[in-house]
Amino acid sequence: MKIRFIDTWFKRATTFLGLSVVALTLLLVYTMSRTAGLAMHKFGWNFLFTSTWDPVKEIFGALPFLYGTIVTSLLALLIAVPVSLGIAVYLAELAPHYIRQPLSFLIELLAAIPSVIYGLWGIFVLAPFLRVSVQPFLTKYFGFLPLFQGQFYGVGMLTAGIILSIMIIPTISSVCREVFLVVPFTQREAAAALGATPWEVIRVAVLGYSRTGILGAVILGLGRALGETMAVTMVIGNRPEISASLFAPAYTMASVIANEFAEATSNLYLSALVEVGLVLFFVTLIINVIARLLIWKVSSKVKGQIRE
Amino acid sequence: MNIYKTRKAINKLMCTIALLCAILTLVPLISIFGYVIFKGISSINIDFFMHLPKPVGEVGGGMSNAIIGSLILIGLSCLWAIPLGIAGGIYLAEFGNNKLGTTVRFAADVLNGIPSILIGIFAYTLFVLPMKSFSAVSGAFALGIIMIPTVMRTTEEMLLMVPRTIREAALALGINQFRATVSIVLKTALPGILTGILLAIARIAGETAPLLFTALGNRFWHQNLTQPIAALPLQIFAYAISPFDDWHRQAWAGALVLIVIVFLMSFISRFIIRLRYKFPTPR
Repeated sequence: MKIRFIDTWFKRATTFLGLSVVALTLLLVYTMSRTAGLAMHKFGWNFLFTSTWDPVKEIFGALPFLYGTIVTSLLALLIAVPVSLGIAVYLAELAPHYIRQPLSFLIELLAAIPSVIYGLWGIFVLAPFLRVSVQPFLTKYFGFLPLFQGQFYGVGMLTAGIILSIMIIPTISSVCREVFLVVPFTQREAAAALGATPWEVIRVAVLGYSRTGILGAVILGLGRALGETMAVTMVIGNRPEISASLFAPAYTMASVIANEFAEATSNLYLSALVEVGLVLFFVTLIINVIARLLIWKVSSKVKGQIRE
Repeated sequence: MNIYKTRKAINKLMCTIALLCAILTLVPLISIFGYVIFKGISSINIDFFMHLPKPVGEVGGGMSNAIIGSLILIGLSCLWAIPLGIAGGIYLAEFGNNKLGTTVRFAADVLNGIPSILIGIFAYTLFVLPMKSFSAVSGAFALGIIMIPTVMRTTEEMLLMVPRTIREAALALGINQFRATVSIVLKTALPGILTGILLAIARIAGETAPLLFTALGNRFWHQNLTQPIAALPLQIFAYAISPFDDWHRQAWAGALVLIVIVFLMSFISRFIIRLRYKFPTPR
Protein backbone atom coordinates (compact mmCIF):
# COMPACT_ATOMS: atom_id res chain seq x y z
CA MET A 1 0.00 0.00 0.00
CA LYS A 2 2.70 2.44 1.01
CA ILE A 3 4.70 1.86 -2.15
CA ARG A 4 1.64 2.56 -4.24
CA PHE A 5 1.02 5.77 -2.32
CA ILE A 6 4.55 7.12 -2.74
CA ASP A 7 4.70 6.22 -6.41
CA THR A 8 1.35 7.80 -7.17
CA TRP A 9 2.49 11.05 -5.63
CA PHE A 10 5.88 10.82 -7.31
CA LYS A 11 4.15 10.56 -10.64
CA ARG A 12 1.72 13.36 -9.84
CA ALA A 13 4.44 15.72 -8.61
CA THR A 14 6.76 15.24 -11.58
CA THR A 15 3.82 15.46 -14.00
CA PHE A 16 2.75 18.70 -12.36
CA LEU A 17 6.25 20.18 -12.65
CA GLY A 18 6.60 18.98 -16.25
CA LEU A 19 3.28 20.58 -17.12
CA SER A 20 4.30 23.82 -15.47
CA VAL A 21 6.66 24.35 -18.41
CA VAL A 22 3.65 24.18 -20.72
CA ALA A 23 1.85 26.59 -18.40
CA LEU A 24 4.79 29.02 -18.50
CA THR A 25 4.79 28.95 -22.30
CA LEU A 26 1.06 29.60 -22.49
CA LEU A 27 1.37 32.34 -19.89
CA LEU A 28 4.08 33.97 -21.98
CA VAL A 29 1.85 34.06 -25.06
CA TYR A 30 -1.12 35.23 -22.99
CA THR A 31 0.60 38.10 -21.17
CA MET A 32 2.27 39.31 -24.36
CA SER A 33 -1.00 39.20 -26.32
CA ARG A 34 -2.81 41.05 -23.54
CA THR A 35 -0.17 43.78 -23.32
CA ALA A 36 -0.05 44.12 -27.09
CA GLY A 37 -3.84 44.33 -27.27
CA LEU A 38 -3.92 48.10 -26.97
CA ALA A 39 -1.70 48.66 -30.00
CA MET A 40 -3.42 45.90 -31.98
CA HIS A 41 -6.77 47.51 -31.35
CA LYS A 42 -5.57 50.99 -32.26
CA PHE A 43 -3.54 50.25 -35.40
CA GLY A 44 -4.87 46.90 -36.63
CA TRP A 45 -3.01 45.39 -39.57
CA ASN A 46 -1.66 48.82 -40.52
CA PHE A 47 0.88 48.30 -37.74
CA LEU A 48 2.78 45.93 -39.99
CA PHE A 49 2.57 48.01 -43.16
CA THR A 50 3.23 51.61 -42.14
CA SER A 51 6.64 53.03 -41.52
CA THR A 52 6.12 55.95 -39.14
CA TRP A 53 7.52 55.26 -35.69
CA ASP A 54 6.89 58.36 -33.64
CA PRO A 55 6.71 57.88 -29.86
CA VAL A 56 6.00 61.58 -29.31
CA LYS A 57 2.87 61.68 -31.47
CA GLU A 58 2.14 58.06 -30.54
CA ILE A 59 1.97 56.83 -34.11
CA PHE A 60 3.51 53.38 -34.48
CA GLY A 61 4.21 51.41 -37.62
CA ALA A 62 6.63 48.50 -37.52
CA LEU A 63 7.57 48.21 -41.18
CA PRO A 64 11.15 49.58 -40.80
CA PHE A 65 11.87 46.92 -38.18
CA LEU A 66 10.45 44.12 -40.30
CA TYR A 67 12.54 45.40 -43.19
CA GLY A 68 15.73 45.66 -41.13
CA THR A 69 15.23 42.20 -39.65
CA ILE A 70 14.57 40.57 -43.00
CA VAL A 71 17.44 42.29 -44.83
CA THR A 72 20.05 41.57 -42.14
CA SER A 73 18.91 37.96 -41.76
CA LEU A 74 18.91 37.29 -45.49
CA LEU A 75 22.32 38.89 -45.81
CA ALA A 76 23.53 36.66 -42.97
CA LEU A 77 22.17 33.57 -44.74
CA LEU A 78 23.74 34.66 -48.02
CA ILE A 79 27.16 34.62 -46.38
CA ALA A 80 26.69 31.84 -43.85
CA VAL A 81 25.05 29.14 -45.97
CA PRO A 82 27.83 28.60 -48.55
CA VAL A 83 30.54 28.89 -45.91
CA SER A 84 28.76 26.48 -43.56
CA LEU A 85 28.23 23.99 -46.36
CA GLY A 86 31.93 24.20 -47.19
CA ILE A 87 32.87 23.60 -43.55
CA ALA A 88 30.44 20.71 -43.20
CA VAL A 89 31.68 19.09 -46.42
CA TYR A 90 35.26 19.52 -45.34
CA LEU A 91 34.65 18.16 -41.84
CA ALA A 92 32.47 15.25 -42.84
CA GLU A 93 34.14 14.17 -46.08
CA LEU A 94 37.53 15.63 -46.83
CA ALA A 95 39.48 16.48 -43.69
CA PRO A 96 42.10 14.07 -42.38
CA HIS A 97 40.74 12.33 -39.30
CA TYR A 98 43.11 13.94 -36.83
CA ILE A 99 41.87 17.40 -37.86
CA ARG A 100 38.14 16.75 -37.63
CA GLN A 101 37.75 16.77 -33.85
CA PRO A 102 39.84 19.89 -33.08
CA LEU A 103 38.45 21.87 -36.02
CA SER A 104 34.84 21.18 -35.18
CA PHE A 105 35.63 22.08 -31.57
CA LEU A 106 37.02 25.44 -32.68
CA ILE A 107 33.98 26.19 -34.80
CA GLU A 108 31.69 25.27 -31.93
CA LEU A 109 33.61 27.75 -29.77
CA LEU A 110 32.10 30.48 -31.93
CA ALA A 111 28.68 29.44 -30.70
CA ALA A 112 29.72 29.75 -27.06
CA ILE A 113 30.87 33.38 -27.25
CA PRO A 114 28.23 35.61 -25.58
CA SER A 115 26.51 37.90 -28.06
CA VAL A 116 27.46 41.05 -26.13
CA ILE A 117 31.10 40.20 -26.85
CA TYR A 118 30.29 39.87 -30.54
CA GLY A 119 28.78 43.32 -30.26
CA LEU A 120 31.84 44.75 -28.54
CA TRP A 121 34.07 43.27 -31.23
CA GLY A 122 31.68 44.56 -33.88
CA ILE A 123 31.82 48.13 -32.61
CA PHE A 124 35.57 48.39 -32.15
CA VAL A 125 37.02 45.98 -34.70
CA LEU A 126 34.61 44.99 -37.46
CA ALA A 127 32.80 48.31 -38.02
CA PRO A 128 36.00 50.41 -38.38
CA PHE A 129 37.50 47.75 -40.64
CA LEU A 130 34.43 47.77 -42.89
CA ARG A 131 34.34 51.58 -42.97
CA VAL A 132 37.97 51.94 -43.93
CA SER A 133 38.52 48.97 -46.24
CA VAL A 134 35.45 47.09 -47.35
CA GLN A 135 32.84 49.76 -47.93
CA PRO A 136 35.04 52.01 -50.15
CA PHE A 137 35.98 48.91 -52.13
CA LEU A 138 32.35 47.90 -52.65
CA THR A 139 31.36 51.41 -53.69
CA LYS A 140 34.25 51.64 -56.11
CA TYR A 141 33.50 48.43 -57.96
CA PHE A 142 29.79 47.82 -57.32
CA GLY A 143 28.67 51.39 -56.66
CA PHE A 144 26.26 51.30 -59.60
CA LEU A 145 24.03 49.09 -57.43
CA PRO A 146 21.83 50.99 -54.97
CA LEU A 147 22.92 48.43 -52.35
CA PHE A 148 26.39 49.90 -52.08
CA GLN A 149 25.81 53.64 -52.15
CA GLY A 150 25.84 56.34 -49.53
CA GLN A 151 27.91 57.36 -46.55
CA PHE A 152 30.33 54.98 -44.86
CA TYR A 153 29.24 54.92 -41.23
CA GLY A 154 30.74 51.56 -40.40
CA VAL A 155 27.63 50.63 -38.45
CA GLY A 156 24.63 49.58 -40.50
CA MET A 157 22.86 46.63 -42.07
CA LEU A 158 26.00 45.28 -43.76
CA THR A 159 27.89 45.10 -40.46
CA ALA A 160 24.91 43.54 -38.70
CA GLY A 161 24.52 40.96 -41.46
CA ILE A 162 28.19 39.98 -41.30
CA ILE A 163 28.14 39.61 -37.50
CA LEU A 164 24.95 37.54 -37.73
CA SER A 165 26.51 35.30 -40.35
CA ILE A 166 29.47 34.58 -38.05
CA MET A 167 27.05 33.78 -35.23
CA ILE A 168 24.91 31.33 -37.22
CA ILE A 169 27.73 29.52 -39.03
CA PRO A 170 28.28 27.07 -36.11
CA THR A 171 24.55 26.20 -36.03
CA ILE A 172 24.19 25.58 -39.75
CA SER A 173 27.51 23.80 -40.19
CA SER A 174 27.06 21.43 -37.25
CA VAL A 175 23.53 20.41 -38.31
CA CYS A 176 24.69 19.98 -41.93
CA ARG A 177 27.59 17.88 -40.80
CA GLU A 178 25.32 15.60 -38.82
CA VAL A 179 23.01 15.30 -41.80
CA PHE A 180 25.99 14.35 -44.01
CA LEU A 181 27.16 11.75 -41.55
CA VAL A 182 23.87 9.84 -41.76
CA VAL A 183 24.10 9.47 -45.54
CA PRO A 184 24.54 5.71 -46.03
CA PHE A 185 28.02 4.67 -47.10
CA THR A 186 26.59 2.54 -49.87
CA GLN A 187 25.51 5.76 -51.63
CA ARG A 188 29.04 7.13 -51.62
CA GLU A 189 30.51 3.82 -52.65
CA ALA A 190 28.04 3.47 -55.49
CA ALA A 191 29.02 6.87 -56.85
CA ALA A 192 32.72 6.17 -56.39
CA ALA A 193 32.35 2.81 -58.11
CA LEU A 194 30.98 4.57 -61.18
CA GLY A 195 34.21 6.52 -61.37
CA ALA A 196 33.17 9.76 -59.71
CA THR A 197 35.85 12.08 -58.35
CA PRO A 198 35.64 12.86 -54.60
CA TRP A 199 33.80 16.11 -55.36
CA GLU A 200 31.34 14.31 -57.62
CA VAL A 201 30.70 11.79 -54.86
CA ILE A 202 29.90 14.67 -52.52
CA ARG A 203 27.72 16.45 -55.03
CA VAL A 204 25.78 13.44 -56.25
CA ALA A 205 25.61 11.17 -53.23
CA VAL A 206 26.01 13.40 -50.17
CA LEU A 207 24.53 16.78 -51.08
CA GLY A 208 21.78 15.28 -53.19
CA TYR A 209 20.78 12.84 -50.48
CA SER A 210 20.70 15.44 -47.71
CA ARG A 211 18.85 18.28 -49.44
CA THR A 212 16.00 18.23 -46.94
CA GLY A 213 18.34 18.25 -43.97
CA ILE A 214 20.35 21.15 -45.39
CA LEU A 215 17.15 23.14 -45.84
CA GLY A 216 16.28 22.38 -42.21
CA ALA A 217 19.69 23.58 -41.06
CA VAL A 218 19.37 26.80 -43.08
CA ILE A 219 15.93 27.54 -41.65
CA LEU A 220 17.20 26.84 -38.14
CA GLY A 221 19.99 29.36 -38.77
CA LEU A 222 17.43 31.85 -40.05
CA GLY A 223 15.49 31.48 -36.80
CA ARG A 224 18.66 32.28 -34.86
CA ALA A 225 19.43 35.31 -37.00
CA LEU A 226 15.93 36.79 -36.73
CA GLY A 227 15.96 36.80 -32.96
CA GLU A 228 19.56 37.76 -32.25
CA THR A 229 19.48 40.94 -30.20
CA MET A 230 22.59 42.33 -28.54
CA ALA A 231 25.22 42.06 -31.25
CA VAL A 232 22.84 43.52 -33.81
CA THR A 233 21.69 46.33 -31.52
CA MET A 234 25.28 47.37 -31.03
CA VAL A 235 26.25 47.57 -34.71
CA ILE A 236 23.14 48.34 -36.73
CA GLY A 237 23.04 52.06 -36.00
CA ASN A 238 19.48 52.10 -34.63
CA ARG A 239 17.54 54.32 -36.99
CA PRO A 240 13.93 53.45 -37.97
CA GLU A 241 14.32 54.08 -41.69
CA ILE A 242 13.92 52.00 -44.80
CA SER A 243 16.88 52.48 -47.09
CA ALA A 244 18.05 50.52 -50.09
CA SER A 245 21.72 50.88 -49.19
CA LEU A 246 23.28 48.18 -47.04
CA PHE A 247 25.58 50.83 -45.57
CA ALA A 248 22.67 52.70 -44.01
CA PRO A 249 21.84 52.43 -40.32
CA ALA A 250 18.60 50.57 -39.64
CA TYR A 251 16.71 48.85 -36.85
CA THR A 252 15.56 45.28 -36.29
CA MET A 253 12.56 44.03 -34.31
CA ALA A 254 14.73 42.68 -31.54
CA SER A 255 16.94 45.75 -31.33
CA VAL A 256 14.07 48.25 -31.13
CA ILE A 257 12.72 46.30 -28.15
CA ALA A 258 16.16 46.21 -26.57
CA ASN A 259 16.70 49.94 -26.98
CA GLU A 260 13.32 51.45 -26.27
CA PHE A 261 11.51 49.09 -23.93
CA ALA A 262 12.94 50.34 -20.66
CA GLU A 263 12.14 53.94 -21.52
CA ALA A 264 8.69 53.41 -23.01
CA THR A 265 6.67 55.91 -21.04
CA SER A 266 3.10 55.57 -22.23
CA ASN A 267 0.94 52.46 -22.28
CA LEU A 268 0.46 52.66 -26.02
CA TYR A 269 4.23 52.90 -26.64
CA LEU A 270 4.85 49.86 -24.45
CA SER A 271 2.01 48.00 -26.10
CA ALA A 272 3.40 48.73 -29.57
CA LEU A 273 6.81 47.40 -28.56
CA VAL A 274 5.25 44.23 -27.13
CA GLU A 275 3.33 43.79 -30.37
CA VAL A 276 6.65 43.91 -32.25
CA GLY A 277 7.79 41.19 -29.83
CA LEU A 278 4.67 39.15 -30.48
CA VAL A 279 5.27 39.27 -34.24
CA LEU A 280 8.85 38.15 -33.62
CA PHE A 281 7.57 35.34 -31.39
CA PHE A 282 5.24 33.87 -33.99
CA VAL A 283 7.73 34.23 -36.83
CA THR A 284 10.50 32.44 -34.92
CA LEU A 285 8.01 29.83 -33.65
CA ILE A 286 6.85 28.94 -37.16
CA ILE A 287 10.40 28.91 -38.51
CA ASN A 288 11.65 26.66 -35.72
CA VAL A 289 8.77 24.22 -36.19
CA ILE A 290 9.46 23.99 -39.94
CA ALA A 291 13.17 23.44 -39.31
CA ARG A 292 12.49 20.73 -36.73
CA LEU A 293 10.07 18.94 -39.06
CA LEU A 294 12.60 18.94 -41.90
CA ILE A 295 15.44 17.67 -39.73
CA TRP A 296 13.16 15.12 -38.11
CA LYS A 297 12.12 13.88 -41.55
CA VAL A 298 15.78 13.19 -42.35
CA SER A 299 16.46 11.29 -39.16
CA SER A 300 13.30 9.18 -39.50
CA LYS A 301 14.28 8.34 -43.07
CA VAL A 302 17.56 7.01 -41.74
CA LYS A 303 15.85 4.91 -39.10
CA GLY A 304 13.74 3.35 -41.85
CA GLN A 305 16.89 2.54 -43.75
CA ILE A 306 18.50 0.84 -40.78
CA ARG A 307 15.45 -1.32 -40.19
CA GLU A 308 15.68 -2.63 -43.74
CA MET B 1 40.87 12.92 -72.52
CA ASN B 2 39.97 16.55 -71.93
CA ILE B 3 36.84 15.91 -69.88
CA TYR B 4 38.86 13.98 -67.30
CA LYS B 5 41.17 16.92 -66.83
CA THR B 6 38.25 19.28 -66.35
CA ARG B 7 36.64 16.95 -63.83
CA LYS B 8 39.87 16.61 -61.93
CA ALA B 9 40.34 20.37 -61.94
CA ILE B 10 36.80 20.95 -60.65
CA ASN B 11 37.40 18.35 -57.97
CA LYS B 12 40.58 20.11 -56.88
CA LEU B 13 38.86 23.50 -56.95
CA MET B 14 35.86 22.46 -54.87
CA CYS B 15 37.96 20.65 -52.29
CA THR B 16 40.12 23.75 -51.92
CA ILE B 17 37.05 25.95 -51.54
CA ALA B 18 35.75 23.69 -48.76
CA LEU B 19 39.07 23.97 -46.97
CA LEU B 20 39.08 27.75 -47.44
CA CYS B 21 35.61 27.97 -45.87
CA ALA B 22 36.92 26.25 -42.77
CA ILE B 23 39.93 28.55 -42.60
CA LEU B 24 37.81 31.64 -43.27
CA THR B 25 35.64 30.87 -40.24
CA LEU B 26 38.68 30.72 -38.01
CA VAL B 27 39.57 34.33 -38.89
CA PRO B 28 36.78 35.98 -36.85
CA LEU B 29 37.31 33.42 -34.08
CA ILE B 30 40.99 34.28 -33.78
CA SER B 31 40.27 37.99 -34.12
CA ILE B 32 37.62 37.97 -31.37
CA PHE B 33 39.76 35.93 -28.99
CA GLY B 34 42.86 37.95 -29.82
CA TYR B 35 41.18 41.29 -29.13
CA VAL B 36 39.40 40.12 -25.97
CA ILE B 37 42.57 38.58 -24.55
CA PHE B 38 45.06 41.32 -25.47
CA LYS B 39 42.80 44.32 -24.88
CA GLY B 40 41.39 42.61 -21.78
CA ILE B 41 44.73 41.76 -20.21
CA SER B 42 46.19 45.20 -20.90
CA SER B 43 43.23 46.91 -19.23
CA ILE B 44 42.49 44.60 -16.34
CA ASN B 45 43.86 45.38 -12.88
CA ILE B 46 43.13 44.83 -9.21
CA ASP B 47 40.86 47.88 -9.11
CA PHE B 48 38.64 46.25 -11.69
CA PHE B 49 37.74 43.49 -9.25
CA MET B 50 37.75 45.57 -6.06
CA HIS B 51 35.98 48.83 -6.86
CA LEU B 52 32.61 50.20 -7.84
CA PRO B 53 32.24 52.14 -11.10
CA LYS B 54 33.50 55.72 -10.76
CA PRO B 55 31.10 58.59 -11.57
CA VAL B 56 30.83 59.60 -15.23
CA GLY B 57 33.96 61.30 -16.46
CA GLU B 58 36.33 60.05 -13.76
CA VAL B 59 38.97 57.56 -14.80
CA GLY B 60 39.36 54.29 -12.94
CA GLY B 61 37.00 52.24 -10.86
CA GLY B 62 35.92 48.68 -11.52
CA MET B 63 33.06 46.29 -11.91
CA SER B 64 33.05 44.49 -8.57
CA ASN B 65 29.32 45.07 -8.18
CA ALA B 66 28.61 43.70 -11.65
CA ILE B 67 30.65 40.54 -11.07
CA ILE B 68 28.92 39.86 -7.75
CA GLY B 69 25.58 40.85 -9.29
CA SER B 70 26.02 38.33 -12.08
CA LEU B 71 26.87 35.61 -9.58
CA ILE B 72 23.77 36.44 -7.51
CA LEU B 73 21.56 36.40 -10.60
CA ILE B 74 22.98 33.07 -11.73
CA GLY B 75 22.56 31.60 -8.24
CA LEU B 76 18.95 32.77 -7.95
CA SER B 77 18.11 31.38 -11.40
CA CYS B 78 19.65 28.01 -10.55
CA LEU B 79 17.66 27.92 -7.33
CA TRP B 80 14.34 27.59 -9.11
CA ALA B 81 15.25 26.46 -12.61
CA ILE B 82 17.39 23.42 -11.76
CA PRO B 83 14.83 21.61 -9.53
CA LEU B 84 12.07 22.36 -12.01
CA GLY B 85 14.21 21.29 -14.96
CA ILE B 86 15.30 18.03 -13.35
CA ALA B 87 11.75 17.20 -12.21
CA GLY B 88 10.46 17.92 -15.70
CA GLY B 89 13.20 15.72 -17.14
CA ILE B 90 12.28 12.87 -14.80
CA TYR B 91 8.67 13.24 -15.88
CA LEU B 92 9.63 13.09 -19.57
CA ALA B 93 11.88 10.07 -19.12
CA GLU B 94 9.66 8.06 -16.77
CA PHE B 95 6.10 8.96 -17.66
CA GLY B 96 6.40 11.13 -20.75
CA ASN B 97 6.03 8.55 -23.48
CA ASN B 98 2.60 9.83 -24.47
CA LYS B 99 0.80 12.84 -25.96
CA LEU B 100 1.16 14.88 -22.79
CA GLY B 101 4.90 14.28 -22.80
CA THR B 102 5.10 15.39 -26.42
CA THR B 103 3.29 18.59 -25.46
CA VAL B 104 5.80 19.25 -22.66
CA ARG B 105 8.71 18.59 -25.05
CA PHE B 106 7.19 20.94 -27.59
CA ALA B 107 6.74 23.68 -24.97
CA ALA B 108 10.37 23.27 -23.90
CA ASP B 109 11.49 23.52 -27.52
CA VAL B 110 9.41 26.67 -27.98
CA LEU B 111 10.99 28.26 -24.90
CA ASN B 112 14.41 27.22 -26.13
CA GLY B 113 13.87 28.55 -29.65
CA ILE B 114 12.35 31.98 -29.08
CA PRO B 115 14.65 35.01 -28.84
CA SER B 116 15.75 35.64 -25.28
CA ILE B 117 14.62 39.27 -25.40
CA LEU B 118 11.02 38.04 -25.52
CA ILE B 119 11.59 36.20 -22.27
CA GLY B 120 12.70 39.57 -20.92
CA ILE B 121 9.34 41.06 -21.97
CA PHE B 122 7.58 38.16 -20.27
CA ALA B 123 9.45 38.69 -17.01
CA TYR B 124 8.80 42.42 -17.27
CA THR B 125 5.03 42.03 -17.56
CA LEU B 126 4.95 39.37 -14.85
CA PHE B 127 7.24 40.97 -12.24
CA VAL B 128 8.31 44.52 -13.06
CA LEU B 129 4.85 45.90 -13.86
CA PRO B 130 3.12 44.61 -10.69
CA MET B 131 6.11 45.41 -8.44
CA LYS B 132 6.60 48.79 -10.12
CA SER B 133 10.38 48.34 -9.96
CA PHE B 134 13.14 46.66 -11.94
CA SER B 135 14.52 43.92 -9.75
CA ALA B 136 16.98 41.09 -9.32
CA VAL B 137 14.18 38.55 -8.93
CA SER B 138 12.66 39.45 -12.29
CA GLY B 139 16.09 39.03 -13.90
CA ALA B 140 16.54 35.65 -12.22
CA PHE B 141 13.08 34.61 -13.40
CA ALA B 142 14.00 35.43 -17.00
CA LEU B 143 17.37 33.66 -16.82
CA GLY B 144 15.74 30.63 -15.18
CA ILE B 145 13.28 30.25 -18.05
CA ILE B 146 16.23 30.18 -20.42
CA MET B 147 17.88 27.44 -18.34
CA ILE B 148 14.86 25.14 -17.96
CA PRO B 149 14.66 23.65 -21.47
CA THR B 150 18.37 22.77 -21.52
CA VAL B 151 18.33 21.20 -18.04
CA MET B 152 15.09 19.36 -18.75
CA ARG B 153 16.02 17.86 -22.09
CA THR B 154 19.51 16.88 -20.89
CA THR B 155 18.04 15.19 -17.81
CA GLU B 156 15.61 13.28 -20.01
CA GLU B 157 18.32 12.19 -22.45
CA MET B 158 20.67 11.12 -19.67
CA LEU B 159 18.00 9.19 -17.76
CA LEU B 160 16.98 7.33 -20.89
CA MET B 161 20.60 6.43 -21.46
CA VAL B 162 20.84 4.53 -18.17
CA PRO B 163 20.53 0.84 -19.09
CA ARG B 164 17.09 -0.60 -18.41
CA THR B 165 18.66 -3.53 -16.58
CA ILE B 166 19.84 -1.20 -13.79
CA ARG B 167 16.32 0.12 -13.32
CA GLU B 168 14.89 -3.40 -13.37
CA ALA B 169 17.48 -4.66 -10.92
CA ALA B 170 16.49 -1.92 -8.49
CA LEU B 171 12.78 -2.61 -8.87
CA ALA B 172 13.39 -6.35 -8.49
CA LEU B 173 14.79 -5.68 -5.04
CA GLY B 174 11.36 -4.44 -4.08
CA ILE B 175 11.94 -0.71 -3.66
CA ASN B 176 9.40 1.69 -5.07
CA GLN B 177 9.71 3.55 -8.32
CA PHE B 178 10.43 6.82 -6.54
CA ARG B 179 13.51 5.41 -4.81
CA ALA B 180 14.57 3.49 -7.89
CA THR B 181 14.45 6.66 -9.96
CA VAL B 182 16.01 9.04 -7.47
CA SER B 183 18.63 6.87 -5.77
CA ILE B 184 19.62 4.57 -8.61
CA VAL B 185 18.79 5.96 -12.04
CA LEU B 186 19.25 9.65 -11.27
CA LYS B 187 22.48 8.95 -9.44
CA THR B 188 23.86 6.99 -12.37
CA ALA B 189 22.95 9.76 -14.77
CA LEU B 190 24.18 12.56 -12.48
CA PRO B 191 27.42 13.45 -14.33
CA GLY B 192 25.50 13.87 -17.56
CA ILE B 193 22.86 16.01 -15.87
CA LEU B 194 25.58 18.10 -14.24
CA THR B 195 27.03 18.73 -17.69
CA GLY B 196 23.68 19.98 -18.89
CA ILE B 197 23.40 22.29 -15.88
CA LEU B 198 26.88 23.72 -16.44
CA LEU B 199 26.13 24.32 -20.11
CA ALA B 200 22.92 26.09 -19.14
CA ILE B 201 24.85 28.27 -16.66
CA ALA B 202 27.46 29.03 -19.31
CA ARG B 203 24.66 30.22 -21.55
CA ILE B 204 22.86 32.45 -19.04
CA ALA B 205 26.14 33.93 -17.76
CA GLY B 206 26.50 35.75 -21.08
CA GLU B 207 22.83 36.62 -21.62
CA THR B 208 22.23 40.35 -21.84
CA ALA B 209 18.97 40.88 -23.69
CA PRO B 210 16.58 39.45 -21.07
CA LEU B 211 18.24 41.53 -18.33
CA LEU B 212 17.91 44.89 -20.09
CA PHE B 213 14.53 45.67 -18.60
CA THR B 214 14.41 43.24 -15.69
CA ALA B 215 17.65 43.49 -13.72
CA LEU B 216 18.32 46.83 -15.47
CA GLY B 217 21.83 47.32 -14.06
CA ASN B 218 23.04 49.40 -11.16
CA ARG B 219 26.14 51.51 -10.64
CA PHE B 220 26.20 50.79 -6.91
CA TRP B 221 25.81 47.79 -4.64
CA HIS B 222 22.29 46.44 -4.80
CA GLN B 223 20.19 47.11 -1.70
CA ASN B 224 17.97 44.04 -1.84
CA LEU B 225 16.65 41.60 -4.38
CA THR B 226 13.59 43.66 -5.25
CA GLN B 227 15.84 46.48 -6.47
CA PRO B 228 17.79 46.79 -9.74
CA ILE B 229 21.04 44.82 -9.74
CA ALA B 230 24.17 45.11 -11.84
CA ALA B 231 25.27 42.29 -14.16
CA LEU B 232 28.51 41.85 -16.04
CA PRO B 233 27.03 41.56 -19.57
CA LEU B 234 24.84 44.61 -18.95
CA GLN B 235 27.82 46.61 -17.78
CA ILE B 236 29.84 45.58 -20.83
CA PHE B 237 26.98 46.66 -23.07
CA ALA B 238 26.54 50.02 -21.33
CA TYR B 239 30.28 50.75 -21.44
CA ALA B 240 30.72 49.60 -25.03
CA ILE B 241 28.13 52.03 -26.39
CA SER B 242 29.35 54.89 -24.17
CA PRO B 243 31.57 57.66 -25.59
CA PHE B 244 34.36 57.36 -22.96
CA ASP B 245 37.71 55.74 -23.70
CA ASP B 246 38.22 54.57 -20.14
CA TRP B 247 34.84 52.84 -20.19
CA HIS B 248 35.75 51.13 -23.47
CA ARG B 249 38.88 49.85 -21.76
CA GLN B 250 36.79 48.47 -18.91
CA ALA B 251 34.33 46.92 -21.36
CA TRP B 252 37.21 44.86 -22.81
CA ALA B 253 38.30 43.88 -19.31
CA GLY B 254 34.74 42.84 -18.52
CA ALA B 255 34.56 40.85 -21.74
CA LEU B 256 37.70 38.97 -20.74
CA VAL B 257 36.26 38.09 -17.32
CA LEU B 258 32.96 37.04 -18.90
CA ILE B 259 34.58 34.87 -21.54
CA VAL B 260 36.74 33.19 -18.89
CA ILE B 261 33.63 32.41 -16.81
CA VAL B 262 31.72 31.06 -19.80
CA PHE B 263 34.53 28.89 -21.08
CA LEU B 264 35.46 27.63 -17.63
CA MET B 265 31.92 26.27 -17.33
CA SER B 266 32.08 24.60 -20.74
CA PHE B 267 35.49 23.10 -20.06
CA ILE B 268 34.54 21.80 -16.61
CA SER B 269 31.47 20.16 -18.09
CA ARG B 270 33.53 18.46 -20.79
CA PHE B 271 36.00 17.41 -18.15
CA ILE B 272 33.42 15.80 -15.86
CA ILE B 273 32.30 13.65 -18.72
CA ARG B 274 35.79 12.59 -19.77
CA LEU B 275 37.10 12.11 -16.25
CA ARG B 276 34.93 9.43 -14.76
CA TYR B 277 32.16 8.32 -16.99
CA LYS B 278 31.73 7.20 -20.52
CA PHE B 279 28.44 8.95 -21.16
CA PRO B 280 28.17 10.84 -24.41
CA THR B 281 28.00 14.61 -24.00
CA PRO B 282 24.65 16.23 -24.62
CA ARG B 283 24.45 18.31 -27.73
